[in-house]
Order: sequence, then C-alpha cells, then structure tokens
Amino acid sequence: MIEWFTGVQVVVAVVAGLLCLVVGFIGRPPNDLTLGSIALVELLLVAQLVVTIVAPIVGNEPSGSLAEFYIYLISALLLPVAGGFWALIERSRWSTVVLGVVGLAIAVMTYRMGQIWFVQGTP
Amino acid sequence: MSENPSAPGTPGAADRADASPVPPAPARLRMTGAGRVLVAVYGILALAATGRSVFQIIDHFSAAPVAFTLSAFSALVYVVATIALIAPGRAWYRVAWTTISIELAGVLVIGTLSTFAPAAIGMDAIDPFGRDSTVWSAYGAGYLFIPLVLPVLGMLWLARHRPSALDAAVPADTAGA
Repeated sequence: MIEWFTGVQVVVAVVAGLLCLVVGFIGRPPNDLTLGSIALVELLLVAQLVVTIVAPIVGNEPSGSLAEFYIYLISALLLPVAGGFWALIERSRWSTVVLGVVGLAIAVMTYRMGQIWFVQGTP
Repeated sequence: MSENPSAPGTPGAADRADASPVPPAPARLRMTGAGRVLVAVYGILALAATGRSVFQIIDHFSAAPVAFTLSAFSALVYVVATIALIAPGRAWYRVAWTTISIELAGVLVIGTLSTFAPAAIGMDAIDPFGRDSTVWSAYGAGYLFIPLVLPVLGMLWLARHRPSALDAAVPADTAGA
C-alpha cells in the first residue's frame, strides 16, 4: 500500500460522497457528474487492488492482517457497483443520496485499510 | 425507472411525493424514495458486520468466543433486517420490526456491557476499534454511532410506512414485535 495514494483515495471518496449528498438533497436524480465521481472512486479502488497484489511481492508488507485488509477492499469494491446499478434502476434524488452514502462509506473503509496496513501491528 | 423528477415537462408528481412520507405510488415494495437511503445504510452496515465477523471467526475465534459469536449474530440480524425492509407484505413488516428491535436492544445492552464490564462478554478492553470489538461495542462508536441511530430511524420509518391499508387488516399489532 502506498501512503500518499491512499490519502488521495480517501480525499477523493470524501469529496465524491459530499458532492453526491449535496446534489441529491437539492433534488437531482443521478447524472453524469455524480455517477462519474463514484466511478472515479471505483477506479481508484481497482488501482488499489493492483497495488495490493503487487506490494507484498516487492517487499511492501502490511503491518496488520492482509486477510482483514482484503475483506475491506473487496467490500469497498462492491459498493459503487451496487450503488451505481441502483442509481440506474431508480432515477430519483434518493439514489443520488445513496451514491453519497457509498462514497463516504468507502472513505471510512479506505482509512481503515490504511490503518491496517500502516498502523495495526500483529498481535 | 418510471419517474424522472428532473424532467421539467412532467407534472412533478414524483417531486411532491418525495417531500411527503408517503411513497409516490401504491407500490407493493415499501422501500421507495427516502427509504432507499435507509436500506442502503442498512446494507452497508450488514456488509461491514458480516465482513468483520467472518474475519474474526476464521482468524482468531478463540481469542474472544463470546464477543465473536455476538459479532456474527449482529451481522445476521442486520442482513435479515435489510431483506425485511425491502421485501413486501405484512409478514416481512413484522420481521423488520423484530430485527430492528433486536438491534436497538443489542446496541444498548452490548454497548453498556462493553463500556462498563467488558470482561462479561470476554473482552479485555473497551477499544471500539479493537480486534475483538463488534458493531455494537461501545454503542457502535467504531461505526460512527450509526448502529445506535439506525434502529431508531428504522422504527420511525416503519411506523410511518405501515403495509398499505388494502392489505393491513391488523395494523395495530406493530408494537407487538
């Protein structure tokens, strides 16, 4: 895991989440901007998955549990897909709010992933 | 799919319905409009609780068996509650009330125990972020207190969205769950 990349990822997820919440509460159904911001979050998660697969091979080992890390990462990868499908099925303002919730949830999960990799020791 | 509140030409029925607690259509599904957000948060919490408990059980179950059994139980409750909120009909409505009541009781009881007597459920510390914590530990502090707030929101939502009058022959029994 790369520290600055994880930081960028948390910031992007927070911004995308807040953006979708605001746009949703204004009353807009999901549009290119909100769906695009969540797609960007998903893209960064896929990049994170690649980094996670490569990192231990090149000697970048997690300080905590790699299994726990992967549970977070895979759960996070599923969220934008679920939220995105939902946004395409029900075109209402609340689907945009759901996208916002997804963004913020991913921000928290990515932060936790950072803790597992960099802070959490092995017991 | 059917409604598009942003289209300027439409009468705006969906917009008006969105503002009121009543679903826009006499849909069989309870979860339309704002309720979808509730389901989404429930779904994410169910995913979080399931992921955590699966990891705890396969990785270090013997460290705190009571806490991890509770963790798995709470995950199951959230999964069932999420399904019950989506599924139509009075039976699922009762299941939703039951599971959400269990959640509220769980977060209050486990929150109190984990804060004031962690040893009672086999934990050595109060740390809500610790390896042996559950979604309910310390009143859900590790999950931004969402587990404490969510059952209350869920109950309010269920109370305002009984199964439609057409098939609700006994609407008064909701508190019995």
